Amino acid sequence: MKTVYVDNNATTRVAPQVLEAMLPFFSENYGNPSSMHSFGGDVAKKIKVARTSVADLIGAAPEEIVFTSCGTESDSTAIRAAIHSNPEKRHIITTRVEHPAVKNLCEHLAKNGYRLTVVPVDCDGRLDTDALVKNLSDDTAVVSVMWANNESGVIFPIEEISQAVKERNIVFHTDAVQAVGKIPINVNRTGVDMLSLSGHKVHAPKGIGVLYVRKGTKFSPFLIGGHQESGRRGGTENVPAIIGLGKASELAAEHIDEENTRVKGLRDKLETEILKRIPHVIVNGDRDHRLPNTTSIGFEYIEGEAILLMMDALGICASSGSACTSGSLEPSHVLRAMGVPFTSAHGSIRFSLSIYNTEEEIDYIIEKMPPIIARLRQMSPFWQDFIKKQPAAVE
Amino acid sequence: MWEYTDKVKDHFLNPRNVGEIENPDGVGEIGSLACGDALKLYFKLDENKRISEAKFQTFGCASAIASSSALTEMVIGLTLEEAAKITNEDIATYLGGLPKEKMHCSVMGRDALEQAISDYRGQKTEIKEGRIICECFGVTDLEIERAVRENNLKTIEDVTAYVKAGGGCGNCHDNIQEIIDAVQGKALPKKPQPARLTNIQKIKLIEETLEREIRPALKKDGGDIELIDVNGNHVLVKLRGTCAACKASQVTLKHYVESKLRELVTPEIVVEEV
Repeated sequence: MKTVYVDNNATTRVAPQVLEAMLPFFSENYGNPSSMHSFGGDVAKKIKVARTSVADLIGAAPEEIVFTSCGTESDSTAIRAAIHSNPEKRHIITTRVEHPAVKNLCEHLAKNGYRLTVVPVDCDGRLDTDALVKNLSDDTAVVSVMWANNESGVIFPIEEISQAVKERNIVFHTDAVQAVGKIPINVNRTGVDMLSLSGHKVHAPKGIGVLYVRKGTKFSPFLIGGHQESGRRGGTENVPAIIGLGKASELAAEHIDEENTRVKGLRDKLETEILKRIPHVIVNGDRDHRLPNTTSIGFEYIEGEAILLMMDALGICASSGSACTSGSLEPSHVLRAMGVPFTSAHGSIRFSLSIYNTEEEIDYIIEKMPPIIARLRQMSPFWQDFIKKQPAAVE
Repeated sequence: MWEYTDKVKDHFLNPRNVGEIENPDGVGEIGSLACGDALKLYFKLDENKRISEAKFQTFGCASAIASSSALTEMVIGLTLEEAAKITNEDIATYLGGLPKEKMHCSVMGRDALEQAISDYRGQKTEIKEGRIICECFGVTDLEIERAVRENNLKTIEDVTAYVKAGGGCGNCHDNIQEIIDAVQGKALPKKPQPARLTNIQKIKLIEETLEREIRPALKKDGGDIELIDVNGNHVLVKLRGTCAACKASQVTLKHYVESKLRELVTPEIVVEEV
């Protein structure tokens, strides 16, 4: 059975060129970049090249790049660094739709004496920037707002928010894990102080992340140890992964046009055809301002895990905002924050594409989805009640 | 990904007895859209009063569908007395086991079966007795007590896995722990009885609770609520904003607004939308 992978916001395949670039650093080039000998020194030089490639992808300077282990570490380091560097300030602002890496840390800090403002989004997943700006105060230590949402794909107006935040001299962090490599990002055009990105979302391996720290930003390391990363993150570097991320960054810069044309075209085709072929389907989130690879589609009156497992039986890999897939009992906090009704929140499926998806794969999904949805609806008491009430309106 | 047994996968991908029975002898309906799963179970009896046909409609995950399918297979051929003895553990065992987090699917099957039998016997169903403990999922103290007793549950996590209580905001965890302690033999501390309220005191307390507790929560979702009138224990309200158009507004009204007012004003409160 073939595998059609459309869950690229969860993780991506390692690009062949990335794997190829990494391999020597497991075997022949295994030196420690901190060593004094040239065997290690050569590795340090390669890390420098990788650092420059990552910096170029987001418009930063190489010395502003701190390699971490993942996006979560980057987020945690950024927020903790901001509050530790401003100990007199006790207020944090974030949004209702952040990734758990930010959401759960902020909630943890709120239980430990910080005042937390969680800014809402509207029904299209757009941030209430007025509410955010109104809540900025002299006591605000950090504002952390994601660049693009992992579930809906909705892109937030980071430049506009950054301007308001920086006017008040408050540290501004953005979790750009989903945005990097999919839309053009330039940290110098935004004024953002810190930015998180993750390797495995851009066709590099898992276990490597980056925290961009603007030069001059007050910083205190989360991982204290050796002098690696200019003392901003102790611990021997994950050399192969760093090299891989460097290569992946070069490829991402090359592929950004393809993401916004061909990949977007495939996403739009998938979405349009599903909406055309299946009744009572809604797209979650603002369709004009979202990532080119993402669509979150709510199938009314059925449940997401059941849809996913039927898709899985046909080799289609996607993800769901349903409660049952997460092990929690409530549907995705992102969809609930958007006010997506229960009728479709439980039955929402996220399709997230990459440059490796083909038209043939999208056609396969388009062909397979209608019978899956019809079969589950045939079992659903809510769908049956619904069609009894409107017998002439739907199939 | 959940680790489902082959039998769960089989009953999910090839569910038996899907559909509706016209003129059934008994119907049981449990769950809601808000809760994330629901089951409607139908049966028909033959001339020997044995279940000759059983069908189901399920909104839910793979294990909910598999549990429903299994249940219909299990009850066909049984008398109602025999069927009534089926426990949620029996359903899970029939399927070769369910992940602990999915045990509530088997409980849903058992509850639907009980309702269907009660329906046949002409007993009143629908209204759950007891006090709502978990507002997020509308689970009562009696349901939690039963799950703890029948399945020898020891922790809040267990209770959540079996009846969902405590799986939402977590505000009810202390109450669930008290019930576990009481059933498991530890004494439940007696709560002081509230003093009887005059009409004016009651109306004032309703207004205060709406303002302080309920409206801010609804506003977070873009909704609102307006108090129209109070007639005895009947509180008449109108939902506004996103709540007014929400398909789950009755769930909000009963599982949140009513239970909050029952908790903070008086247990006899009935909320109605006008």
